[in-house]
Amino acid sequence: MKLIVAACAALILCAGAAEARTWRIRPGPNAQAQLQTALIEARPGDQVRLAAGRFALTQGLSLAVDRVTIRGEGQDRSILDFSRQNQGAEGLLVTANRVTLRDFAVENARGDAIKARDCDQITFTGIRAEWTRGPHRDNGAYGLYPVNCSNVLIENSIARGASDAGIYVGQSRHIIVRNSLAEANVAGIEIENSFFADVYGNTATRNTAGILVFDLPGVPQMGGHSVRVYENRVFANNTANFAPPGNIVGQVPAGMGVMVMANRNVHVFENEIGEHGTVNIAIVAYPNTIADATYNPLPRDVIIRANRFGRSGFAPAGPFAALAQAGAPLTDIIWDGAETYTAAGRPRTEPVRITMRDNEAQGRAVTFLSLGVPVAGGDMAEAQPNTNAPALSTAREPERVRVQQD
Amino acid sequence: MRALALALLLLLSASGAVARVSADAPVNQALVLSGRPAATLTEYRFFRDARAREPNAGVTPYDLNTALFSDDAVKFRYVYTPPGAAARYNADGVFEFPVGAVLIKTFAYPADARAPNDNIRFLETRLLIRQRNGWAAYPYVWNEEGDEARYTPIGADIPVERVNEAGARIALTWRAPNRNQCAGCHMSAGALAPIGPAARNLNRDYPYADGGANQLTRWVERGHLDAAPAGAPRAAEAFNPASGSLEARARAYLDVNCAHCHNPAGPAHTSGLDLRSANADATSLGIFKRPIAAGRASGDMAYSIDPGHPERSILLHRMESLDPGVMMPELGRQSVDARGLALIREWISEMNAPAPGVPPPH
Repeated sequence: MKLIVAACAALILCAGAAEARTWRIRPGPNAQAQLQTALIEARPGDQVRLAAGRFALTQGLSLAVDRVTIRGEGQDRSILDFSRQNQGAEGLLVTANRVTLRDFAVENARGDAIKARDCDQITFTGIRAEWTRGPHRDNGAYGLYPVNCSNVLIENSIARGASDAGIYVGQSRHIIVRNSLAEANVAGIEIENSFFADVYGNTATRNTAGILVFDLPGVPQMGGHSVRVYENRVFANNTANFAPPGNIVGQVPAGMGVMVMANRNVHVFENEIGEHGTVNIAIVAYPNTIADATYNPLPRDVIIRANRFGRSGFAPAGPFAALAQAGAPLTDIIWDGAETYTAAGRPRTEPVRITMRDNEAQGRAVTFLSLGVPVAGGDMAEAQPNTNAPALSTAREPERVRVQQD
Repeated sequence: MRALALALLLLLSASGAVARVSADAPVNQALVLSGRPAATLTEYRFFRDARAREPNAGVTPYDLNTALFSDDAVKFRYVYTPPGAAARYNADGVFEFPVGAVLIKTFAYPADARAPNDNIRFLETRLLIRQRNGWAAYPYVWNEEGDEARYTPIGADIPVERVNEAGARIALTWRAPNRNQCAGCHMSAGALAPIGPAARNLNRDYPYADGGANQLTRWVERGHLDAAPAGAPRAAEAFNPASGSLEARARAYLDVNCAHCHNPAGPAHTSGLDLRSANADATSLGIFKRPIAAGRASGDMAYSIDPGHPERSILLHRMESLDPGVMMPELGRQSVDARGLALIREWISEMNAPAPGVPPPH
């Protein structure tokens, strides 16, 4: 009897597995319709396989079926080419749970390359998102763009040329970004308005700024916290800012390694950060007017430890250029000094705690500067640079992020 | 055996369970509730004729005070509710429709917009069916002859030639949306939902065959709606100045054209922009609201709405664009809604002071 039950179970399992279908799509004049049809008619458990080659697509693709894998033959071999896109605000939009994107590229989307909205368990592995002409203000905003997602894994992926952020995780929870390359974007990797993120083993270079940890007002999820940025190589992010003005990253000066804006409990450790014309690490308040009384623009509990710094401050940009001209020494780590802000017309003060320890700088002393701008968003002309470090943080490092994948 | 079968058939006929196939057969309620799309629109029997001009018994045409811009396409809307089941009225949102209810919308162009009632070509008919587990969206695309519409979940490109109101010949490719694109507008809190049929949009007169009457009243009379209170809200008609103030008309326009995504439960909730007519918060309405993830779509501007300055308002910039990476709405139009643009431009121009509680821009 037991045997029969086991046999039945095996049969059911096999039958279940056999039902999962593999859709095989090849480049060609019908690829657009075939691929979109597969993405609509796929059932949970199915794979959509992209052959090697260049898929010339004119309309944005979308996937809304759970547990589907889209898999190509490699991030340089299976290329979804949106150079002639005439419809759709992104190359590929995913609005389903437990989706895996693997081993293909999205090139030259008119808007964002790959957006995943409201997803649980979204994986990007071996993906490339690129605007092939290099930095250009008319490139799409984001390369890999999960927003309001939980359990986000981005690994072994590449993002190049985004006019905002190459890898951008917004308003999400439980995030890993690892072993990826962000190159020639405005922001290389940006974790924004998100909770529990581990960013490690990545390379960010030739961007305007390497890695950003930001929190902005005016969106459903605010109060970003618990972010660890470690064991990354962040170097030579000196590309002139090519973001359209108006967006927050448009305000980021070129030559920036790591930048923490607002957020609390951010740990930056064991990274190699150097060759930045402006500064290796900046810790700043959100500078613009705040209408939302619940938003806190200050960075709080920031721990900078055991990083290895290279050169910085040799070609300062933006407000830092004026500061340098006025004689302020540009250092490895710069804090704006703000501990007061106004939200919805009400002034508030709160200590910003920053711990800096065990960092090294090729044998020289690691340097720190407070710009002495007491109010968030205060005029740089009123800066009173000093070396007074803020109070030490005793915030405990968040535990390793575990991304649920089942 | 044969006798038995015959007897059974007679029995079923007597009980009315066997569907009649004559021309005046009622709406195929079993098919509506089957949970699957029929291959052709005709099978539902929403219309008496194959060309879907004559609604069947229980199928009522309706209009909205302000409609979504769809490249000047003409729209024919109908509601169907099963006998004995009415939608439940509420003053604020879309009515709560009973299982088996169907909203039918056909997109069409007259050959010449100067003769809007002649030579009307149907392009697609979209069904929203309230099933037991929620709404389902089934798109049907018409053949060129206009006598058959087939279920087409993956969308279709339909070449169209027409003459517009100015007498200009226009060739365009009508893009019937695929199933995911339907959801791109019709999602609310993760589930498919209708957009139009709320009290404020339906509260108007309609020229029924037997004379003009208020739509809400007629819906109650015909059993589509359980109640129509005397004080039901009424949205302005965006392009009829007699129907409301500039503010009311602009907000009505944004409510219908943008708020299906830009609301706290809609697909664009992550933007923090809430364009529902009921939203009273200045920042989430866009006033001095900075872009979040707009990228180049911001057009180098700092705010969604810069009061008094339409030329510095991202909202207007995106309404004006035809670039897929910039334009709003993202789908459903290939041309600019000149009238809508003029209305929103005027509204922003005349906003001369920040709303109370909003700090001046930084």
